[in-house]
Amino acid sequence: MKYVDEYRDGELARGVARSLAAIAQSDRDYRFMEFCGGHTHAISRYGLEDLLPPNVRMIHGPGCPVCVLPIGRIDAAIALARNPKVTLCTYADLMRVPASGGMSLIKAKAAGADIRMVYSTLDAIRIAEAEPAREVAFFAIGFETTTPPTALAIRLAAQKKLSNFSVFCNHVLTPAAMRAILASEGEGVEIDGFVGPSHVSAVIGVRPYRFVAEQFGKPIVISGFEPLDVMQSIVMLVQQLNERRCEVENQYGRAVTTDGNLKAQAEVADIFELRDSFEWRGLGEVPSSALRLRDAYGAYDAERRFSVETPNAKDNPACECGAILRGAKRPHDCKLFGTVCTPETPMGSCMVSSEGACAAQWTYRRFETQRIAS
Amino acid sequence: MRIIELLPEQMAKVSLDGVTKAISVALVDDVCVGDYVILHVGFALSKVDAQEAERTLAMIREFAGTSS
Amino acid sequence: MTIKAYRRKLDIEKGRVDLSHGAGGRAMAQLIADVFHAALDNDWLRQGNDQSLFDVAKGRMAMTTDAFVVSPLFFPGGDIGSLAVHGTVNDIAMSGATPLYLSASFIIEEGFLLSDLARIAESMGAASRAAGVPVITGDTKVVERGKADGVFITTAGVGIAPEGLYLSGDKARPGDVLLLSGSIGDHGVAVMSKRENLEFDCEVVSDSAPLHGLVADMVAAAGASLRLMRDPTRGGLAATLNEIAQQSGVGFRIEESAIPVKPEVAAACELLGLDPLNVANEGKLIAVAAPQAAPALLEAMRAHPLGRDAAIIGAAVEDDRRFVQMTSSFGGARIVDWLAGEQLPRIC
Repeated sequence: MKYVDEYRDGELARGVARSLAAIAQSDRDYRFMEFCGGHTHAISRYGLEDLLPPNVRMIHGPGCPVCVLPIGRIDAAIALARNPKVTLCTYADLMRVPASGGMSLIKAKAAGADIRMVYSTLDAIRIAEAEPAREVAFFAIGFETTTPPTALAIRLAAQKKLSNFSVFCNHVLTPAAMRAILASEGEGVEIDGFVGPSHVSAVIGVRPYRFVAEQFGKPIVISGFEPLDVMQSIVMLVQQLNERRCEVENQYGRAVTTDGNLKAQAEVADIFELRDSFEWRGLGEVPSSALRLRDAYGAYDAERRFSVETPNAKDNPACECGAILRGAKRPHDCKLFGTVCTPETPMGSCMVSSEGACAAQWTYRRFETQRIAS
Repeated sequence: MRIIELLPEQMAKVSLDGVTKAISVALVDDVCVGDYVILHVGFALSKVDAQEAERTLAMIREFAGTSS
Repeated sequence: MTIKAYRRKLDIEKGRVDLSHGAGGRAMAQLIADVFHAALDNDWLRQGNDQSLFDVAKGRMAMTTDAFVVSPLFFPGGDIGSLAVHGTVNDIAMSGATPLYLSASFIIEEGFLLSDLARIAESMGAASRAAGVPVITGDTKVVERGKADGVFITTAGVGIAPEGLYLSGDKARPGDVLLLSGSIGDHGVAVMSKRENLEFDCEVVSDSAPLHGLVADMVAAAGASLRLMRDPTRGGLAATLNEIAQQSGVGFRIEESAIPVKPEVAAACELLGLDPLNVANEGKLIAVAAPQAAPALLEAMRAHPLGRDAAIIGAAVEDDRRFVQMTSSFGGARIVDWLAGEQLPRIC
């Protein structure tokens, strides 16, 4: 696979690992947060940490849209799906996320709710066109990568005058979340630098990350998500720290430009506006961190159309997801990890998605921590 | 993923090692057959810059201590 | 004047199965004769009894049962009929036993096209003859529209086990070598490519095949050094290795770079976000053997058409946590786990 296999080359990896060990200064630790869930998954799946020197540590960040979606929003989606007129379309990742009362989308579907898994927002549009008697609501989640596809769907719905299509919008913003993490530093969190997201940056470009270096004094390297990309980004971060530089660098030049995808950004800006504040599971209320549909497109807003109420649902008190999402604790620091809380019976957000820190650790790396027979 | 055919309504057929799929190119301007694109949830988000790709690999190889 | 009895022919080209075909009367007899007996033809079926008798050799017999609910019914490289033969034959063969006879019962949905049913029966007949394992008894039921997805097939198989060979999933020991007969993920990807809502195209063909010939060569080559064999169907190689790890109380350490995966299968999995380790196979097996037998076993496998790409992929180790751990081709280690839930419904 071109542009894929080259960045998974094991021999190159060994070479990079050797050179990295040579430049990593032995008298200090390097702690880097990879923000994006896709990176968390790649790091665990390729066992990348085995190739890093012992004083270079990866901290898993909150860049997993399924993980940061509050339970209350899933409760709201389930309530929407239970409306007999509604066909709820959703990405597959959300189906098994446990909500309040042991319910989930997949359980609601088994009980008769019309819930359909789609690969793309265009599938939801097609369903709305094919079934005019149904109210088709799309459960939109995701960071800046997934937002333009939702914007396009709304534009298409407006063009085709689809009166039976709407969007339940839960889109969130990466820089705002990074800011919240950086602002909570000192509460057990020590991050020396960031590995920046791949696809999000392909959309938003490099500029939005400047505040990380300029305001908070942390280097950040935008990284591709193949394992060699991540390794090279780690090398670049180590070099920045060694040379006392603090910059925004772009390792993923083959897909990320300084400006990003202006067309996608324009589409999003036209259709969405900032919410004052939005609740993130594990992080609490974060200002200016999420989007909603503008009034001009209010007709396609499921929250308005169906008067959706978001219940205030709380996480299990023993769950350490908040601290883990901020990088203050690691999965095995949580009492529930691997005992009560596993991918099959997730208690908190970090375990529900395969990109969550706890899920990745459990699925790929629990040989590091599990002492008892499984 | 490589674009092997342009389709109506801002769609395109992409191929990865013989596996083909129809995806949307509505978010990227000026796509041609033969271009490589980055995909997410059925949409092309950006084109892959071949020169940059080569540059990145060269940097990795150099750091790894191997010559390309 | 005698009136010649006239029996109108089954309209296989355009007709459909209806409830009378399952009612036990003349219509059902005609369906069985014209569709099933025609395709599966053998001495037992010609006798037309509800049971078939066969002589039993001395020793141990093996028996298995299986159900086939694959969707779609027809896929590149096979269909539910041939799959039913191969799957059942393979279950018997994994014990080292020689498969002898099969039974097949059909539950057919009202409205099912007779042409499709004939096609499935033909395919089953061809697979059965090619494998040398006849279907000697069967059953037919028809249920109302909506109560069965087209057709479901349940089978049973019997075979005869060689003397002195005791293969079982709990016999793997630390130090034993793990072998795989060929590329993984072919069947699952082939079936998925025909699922309407996934909309991707590829040339991948199911690997559905009867493995008893390969097994016979392997038993001849390794004999008592063979600990167990299993075919990684639903859940893929990952599920099978974890099952055996649990049964035997060992861990496994495998090398990703040693596991054959066809480029198109890798690409399809990449596109769908799947791991080939979790994707079903219907013509592959894994074997665990004592280390000294490994070279001869590998050679015997590679000499057989169904084992050309056979490889040693790892070994059993002492591990009371019973982890299956893989060194990725990238160089780092990761766990190979069972999947939490069903990836996609009805692959087999």
